[in-house]
Amino acid sequence: MTTLDISAPGPVTATGDAVLSFEDLSVTFKTEFGDVHAVKGIDLEVRPGEVVALVGESGSGKSVTSMTALGLLPRNARVGGTIRVGNKEVGALDGRGLRSMRGNDVAMVFQEPMTALNPVLTIGDQLTEGLQLHGIAFGKQATARAAELLTMVGIPEPERRLKQYPHELSGGQRQRVVIAMAIACDPKVIIADEPTTALDVTVQADILDLLRSLKDKLNTGILLITHNMGVVADMADRVAVMLKGDLVETGTADQVLNHPRHDYTKRLLAAVPHLGSGPGQFGDVAPVDAAPEDLPALDLGNLVIEYHRVGKPTFRAVDDVSLSVAQGEIVGLVGESGSGKSTIAKCALGLIPAASGSVSILGTDFTKLRGKELKALRKRIGVVFQDPASSLNPRLPIGDVIAEPLVVHKEGDERSRRRRVLELLDAVELPRSVYNRYPHELSGGQRQRVSIARALTLDPELLVADEPTSALDVSVQANVLKMFTALQERYKFACLFVSHDLAVIDLLAHRVVVLQNGKIVEQGPREEVLHHPREEYTQRLIAAAPVPEPLEQRRRREARHALLNQLGDDVAELVIEDDYERPVPKRDEGGTPSGLAGLTDADNN
Amino acid sequence: MSDIRNSNPGGEDYEPQISASGVDAVGLAAGGSADPLPGEDKSYSQGQLVARRFFRHRAAVTSMIVLGIIIVVAFTSIGVGSIPGWWPKDYTLQYDKIGDGAPTWAYPFGQDTGGKDYFALVMRGTQFSLIIAFAVGIISTVVGTLIGALAGFYRGWLESILMRMTDVFIVIPLLVIAAVLGKTASGWGILGLALVLGLVTWTGLARLVRGEVLSLRERDFVLAAQAVGTSPWRIISRHVLPNAVGVIIVSATLSISSAILLETSLSFLGFGVQPPDTSLGTLISEYQAAFATRPWLFWWPGLMILTIALCVNFIGDGLRDAFDPRQNRTKD
Repeated sequence: MTTLDISAPGPVTATGDAVLSFEDLSVTFKTEFGDVHAVKGIDLEVRPGEVVALVGESGSGKSVTSMTALGLLPRNARVGGTIRVGNKEVGALDGRGLRSMRGNDVAMVFQEPMTALNPVLTIGDQLTEGLQLHGIAFGKQATARAAELLTMVGIPEPERRLKQYPHELSGGQRQRVVIAMAIACDPKVIIADEPTTALDVTVQADILDLLRSLKDKLNTGILLITHNMGVVADMADRVAVMLKGDLVETGTADQVLNHPRHDYTKRLLAAVPHLGSGPGQFGDVAPVDAAPEDLPALDLGNLVIEYHRVGKPTFRAVDDVSLSVAQGEIVGLVGESGSGKSTIAKCALGLIPAASGSVSILGTDFTKLRGKELKALRKRIGVVFQDPASSLNPRLPIGDVIAEPLVVHKEGDERSRRRRVLELLDAVELPRSVYNRYPHELSGGQRQRVSIARALTLDPELLVADEPTSALDVSVQANVLKMFTALQERYKFACLFVSHDLAVIDLLAHRVVVLQNGKIVEQGPREEVLHHPREEYTQRLIAAAPVPEPLEQRRRREARHALLNQLGDDVAELVIEDDYERPVPKRDEGGTPSGLAGLTDADNN
Repeated sequence: MSDIRNSNPGGEDYEPQISASGVDAVGLAAGGSADPLPGEDKSYSQGQLVARRFFRHRAAVTSMIVLGIIIVVAFTSIGVGSIPGWWPKDYTLQYDKIGDGAPTWAYPFGQDTGGKDYFALVMRGTQFSLIIAFAVGIISTVVGTLIGALAGFYRGWLESILMRMTDVFIVIPLLVIAAVLGKTASGWGILGLALVLGLVTWTGLARLVRGEVLSLRERDFVLAAQAVGTSPWRIISRHVLPNAVGVIIVSATLSISSAILLETSLSFLGFGVQPPDTSLGTLISEYQAAFATRPWLFWWPGLMILTIALCVNFIGDGLRDAFDPRQNRTKD
């Protein structure tokens, strides 16, 4: 893959060869609180075999832009400008025209494969549906084509998979099915809206490999919407940066990521934590100064946590895990989804009982306490959860939210509580005026700051942070991390920091614990684990994490492929048989399937 | 995208880079000022947002006004207990009949067969029906909320017991149990009847609240509250129930309107309010034979029931829309 054939950025006059183009696109939503101008006149085009990454933070209008290409906006939206898919103008199409365009000319890969697939239909039904709707294949022929598609996206035993339901597949396989559905009708362009955001990093790398080979082999154009600069560096030929509905910068991946011209792009890139750069990216992390004889802030000994399920064998989520967090130390708990990292965090908070083993907070065993003593121990632990939308009680103003732990533990009076809250608001760099505001009035990053302030209200010795920044935009994440390091230096709390993002762990943690399937794979000082991993799993994990620099990322990708080959694994790619025929929709000018029109109707009814 | 902050005039841009702007940090440190809180700019709580949306719902606001007028007139016209009202006639006394008792200026609702002033009678019935309806609404809401919240929050054996109990109440035909108990309880006056009706109509709400609590208890803010050692009672009363208040209020409103209808049915069947006391259902029952000859004896109480039930339902609708802006229907 080379970027040489990509022409210079800027307004391209020849639209004949673009498979997807937006000209002066603007979108306005009518809402209860007046009009919201989501997209303000942007020009963008995607050519065959090209990946254009549309980058921006939440609310920048990137998803709205992509939805206009499919004509899938809610009714309160007004779309201006011209959108062309191939040679069709989307705005001029009626309902029927739109339906025949969707899937056929432009297809979509969604963020969350579990919700993009219908849980009550088999994989086979969902794959053949599009084929039949567009008159490409019917009956046995369609099933055969569906199996072929599954083989192409690298799902083994396609015939068996066709009869399965989405919940029987893993997340990565589900996303492969979604991609198979997207390429079923051989669209000219695929819109991938955050296709890997919901996936683990190793699965993400596979899916990106697959998408890359797809555009190379089928010459499909891809509009990739993402907030992850690593994904951009890995995939994109050209990059368009969106800010509040405007395109602020477009160019090749190298131009935008390595030589950004717009201030916003520069800020955005500076905010991305860089795996391998270690601490100091967003403020220095204080060294641990706990004496060895000090009690550890958290000590887990041979911890086993089990979930009892009705009608099924007990599920062992955490198996024989021993780890300890010294006072003032930040320990990063890393792992993919299902590795048990959040379960451990919840157990350390006393929210889930341990099946066996011990959980000690500063030398006191959590599992043996009841009532008042338990409450007293809880005072010494703070918690920050992942989702800023659900971690604050929507009915309480911020001041009450932060003061709540003081009230629960009956500490101080009205006035001292208020003083403490204002002090904490200052510490987390929020204006004092948020005291009377409600959570819904704050942005995600601000809410997460409130969460952190609440966690620090009682001056805890241990803070358990469960993915505190993964729901945030990068620039917000950078600010929160900066503040977090500053707070840690000031309050010297120990911290169990759960994250799936290795780059965040790299800049924050003193020690790292890698989990897989409830067991510890590797643990040790940060430099050792993240920069010279000994275990194969850790190596894979680190190799799969993308970095936001195209050339370096290409090196890393090749190194990862070499690692996979060395470990005897395949690199994910589109498998195309020699006798592969591109599907041709049978249809006449009016857009109805011609030869098999009767059959389609029968199928639809 | 429809960020509520947008509605906030003068609200500054809440980007994180804004540093702590201690508006009156000095006054606070001195600790003397009466209102040490900075941030005078308008901030809407969830409740205020709900109120705003409710007052935009025309049918609901109209209904509230009509219901208000009915309540005021019903209670002030003939008075309550020993307090006299402004209406000169008494509902127990028989007056000379004018003609066949059709509505006149002196007797706007007409007179019944014995010459009693029908306006006073209907007002008395309305009073009783309203008292029963609101008492039933309150009792069933409290019981239903309590049972639903306990079952949903604690799960386990407590939930099993409470929900099986609910199931038992649901399978008994409501009208039958209300009739049997109501007959006994109406000996204790209307509040006894209201108590009985309330104790058999909480089931729907209990299930609704349980469902809501089941989802709320998994939210992070509840976990966070547990993690700092908040007692279960405080979690339920401060973190869980206030967030279920939409479901509760809407359902309470609707249970009021169904209580009016239930009381009417019971009284019509003769199991509810007993003479000499009267309610709207009793009035209809008493004069059902007069429907053909003296239609006003049927229509006035009937119209009252219809109006009250309709008003309460519209208010419930308005509240539902106000609490759940996502089901935004385009208005008007």
